Amino acid sequence: MTIQDFIQLVFFFVLLIGLTPVLGNYMYKVFSGKKHIMLPFLGWLEKLTYRVSGVNPDEETNWKTYTFALLVFSLTGFVFAFLVQLIQSWLPLNPEHLAGVSWHLSFNTAVSFMTNTNWQSYAGETTLSYFVQMTVLAVQNFVSASAGIAVLLAVIRGLAGKSTDKLGNFWTDLTRITIYVLLPLSIILAIILVGQGVVQNFKHYETVQSLNGLKQIIPMGPAASQIAIKQLGTNGGGFFNANSAHPFENPTPFSNLLEMLSILLIPAALTFTYGKMAGSRRQGWTIFTVMLILLLTGLIISLYAEYSVNPVFGHNHLMEGKETRFGIVNSVLWSVSTTAASNGSVNAMHDSLSPLSGMIAMINIMLGEIVFGGVGSGLYGMVIFIIITVFIAGLMVGRTPEYLGKKIEAFEVRMAIIAILLPNMVILIFTAWACVSQAGLAGLNNAGPHGFSEILYAYSSVAGNNGSAFAGLNTNTVFYNLTLGLGMLIGRFGVIIPVMAIAGSMAGKKVTPPSSGTFRTDNSLFIGLLIAVILIIGGLTHFPALALGPGVEHMLLNAGITF
Amino acid sequence: MKTLMISLKIFLFFTILTGLVYPLVVTGIAQLIFPAKANGSLILSGGRVIGSELIGQQFNSPVYFTSRPSAVSYYPLPSGGSNLGLTNVKLKKFADSCRTRFLVFNHLDSLTMIPSEMIFASASGLDPHVSPQAAFLQLDRIATARRFNSGQKRKLVQCIRDLTEAPQFLCLGESRINVLLLNLAIDKIR
Repeated sequence: MTIQDFIQLVFFFVLLIGLTPVLGNYMYKVFSGKKHIMLPFLGWLEKLTYRVSGVNPDEETNWKTYTFALLVFSLTGFVFAFLVQLIQSWLPLNPEHLAGVSWHLSFNTAVSFMTNTNWQSYAGETTLSYFVQMTVLAVQNFVSASAGIAVLLAVIRGLAGKSTDKLGNFWTDLTRITIYVLLPLSIILAIILVGQGVVQNFKHYETVQSLNGLKQIIPMGPAASQIAIKQLGTNGGGFFNANSAHPFENPTPFSNLLEMLSILLIPAALTFTYGKMAGSRRQGWTIFTVMLILLLTGLIISLYAEYSVNPVFGHNHLMEGKETRFGIVNSVLWSVSTTAASNGSVNAMHDSLSPLSGMIAMINIMLGEIVFGGVGSGLYGMVIFIIITVFIAGLMVGRTPEYLGKKIEAFEVRMAIIAILLPNMVILIFTAWACVSQAGLAGLNNAGPHGFSEILYAYSSVAGNNGSAFAGLNTNTVFYNLTLGLGMLIGRFGVIIPVMAIAGSMAGKKVTPPSSGTFRTDNSLFIGLLIAVILIIGGLTHFPALALGPGVEHMLLNAGITF
Repeated sequence: MKTLMISLKIFLFFTILTGLVYPLVVTGIAQLIFPAKANGSLILSGGRVIGSELIGQQFNSPVYFTSRPSAVSYYPLPSGGSNLGLTNVKLKKFADSCRTRFLVFNHLDSLTMIPSEMIFASASGLDPHVSPQAAFLQLDRIATARRFNSGQKRKLVQCIRDLTEAPQFLCLGESRINVLLLNLAIDKIR
């Protein structure tokens, strides 16, 4: 690594830490219905939304009604997304006359975008029309992100509010997040990206006679508008197959910086919003610190692995699956960020990362997508671990565990365990299934332990609603499209429902003022404990599988053995 | 039932807002301020489009600088990398053959350090850049193939220097050179 590499890293983290309170404070104002700077410009749009859809914005609901609204809304999006893909050949804005999508791929993609995963079993430029990309995928990029944040808001209100059974109104939260947060940020980012060279048009693909006389067909499309929201909403589904490695998606180092920052920006800022809404900024910064420590630890290991010398390739920098304009550092920083946040866009091919870097990417996902995590989902995932940590700490000191002044009891712990277990079961059970079935093994692109890692990564990615891949694995088959789709559903709603139940149960509890005996959740002792709990749960669950995949591969690589 | 009605209406509203209005507004603004970039940074030469500044092309002729290896041979439908793992013997063989080909093609001795991007395929398969070192290693071969005299050869070196892009804002990304633009520039050397 050079000094310039260090400067890039420091610059990135300074921007991230500096923007966290700015955006976090703005979102706090928006979500709690206070006056904010976008109100004069977009207030009419919010009112119009309520009028058109018949929402009463002041009506507050309990956790069951809130969750039911979210489920119905998700189902609506899924059905629309599923149907439109099937009939895309009869719809407008399809200049390349792409055929309708197969039922199983359409199912997979619809689930994928509805659950904020953005797993892609298809190549955008050869599969989907501009119409589908815009009205199906981009829309889900917005609303699935908003739904994730909405769940988080309900959880915060349940944890921190006065004793009540009301958690807010799903439709109001959904509308405010979309209109005041995601839409303005996306417009700004999209236009800057076009300025760097990202395409934004509705033209035919351009057929050119290249300088050496070969035919080359250059794809086009409304890419910038989609890329902006795919990064900000931690969606990650690329407009083109190569995702953010494609020069039309990510043409310059500056576009790379902005896109990388957008991955972590909202999840990071939400920790600040969380602190403000919980009435103690320290609580927010505590969570931010835990996330940052885990992110940096992963980054350091990953960088170390990419720069180490191995007997197979000697001193060559490992540029396989990486772009010249980004180099090693930006590729590694992106791979760590995109897996820590449940974004899943890539600017380098994770399949070709060194075994340990690939393992860090997997660990980030396997921990439950809580190291910043998806917008909203990262933080409500973290709340689950906080509950477990407070519970364990309570057992150690022999007091009833409390968080933010409310007692944690058996019901909450039980729900937290369900939310942790379900995604992990998806990872381990489905991976095992794929490894012993003909249909599962047929998709492999690599042999030996790396082949196993491809399958393990795929199910981790869907269970964590991440969406990145060891992309060599061919998953556009009935087996993979269906099992991965099911994994995404469990990974999304298997966490949301228990976490909303926790919010509902916590909401009704009495607030006890802190005393000298209260176990504090905003100091360095708690930071240490929380990190330990996260790593122990993740470690115990996944160490055996990781040892068989990237662990063995790392040792074989260092022994110079190839397959 | 009431929830379902609200859901349908609000979903339809957001589909129009974020699925039609938003991309159209962005397209409008983009086409107004950055028309060339929004349309793919296409390069015109002699009245026809010969490629895009951002999409790499394959060059096999000895009179041109070669691009990086590509898993899709620079054919963009679809883009992508090799997705070979480091312990895959195909990757080892591929890298070794790229190294040998580069050495032989450019008449370099076998101990030359070749920049890694020239022996490994890119992520997109369309990487338009190589490092300046990779361009300099090809210099003599091109000068010989084009029967350049020493003055023209100096111009060739100058071309590489002029087209080398430093890290953006001095610190972002890597030094790089666009192969297609470079080859267009050397075609103009008289």
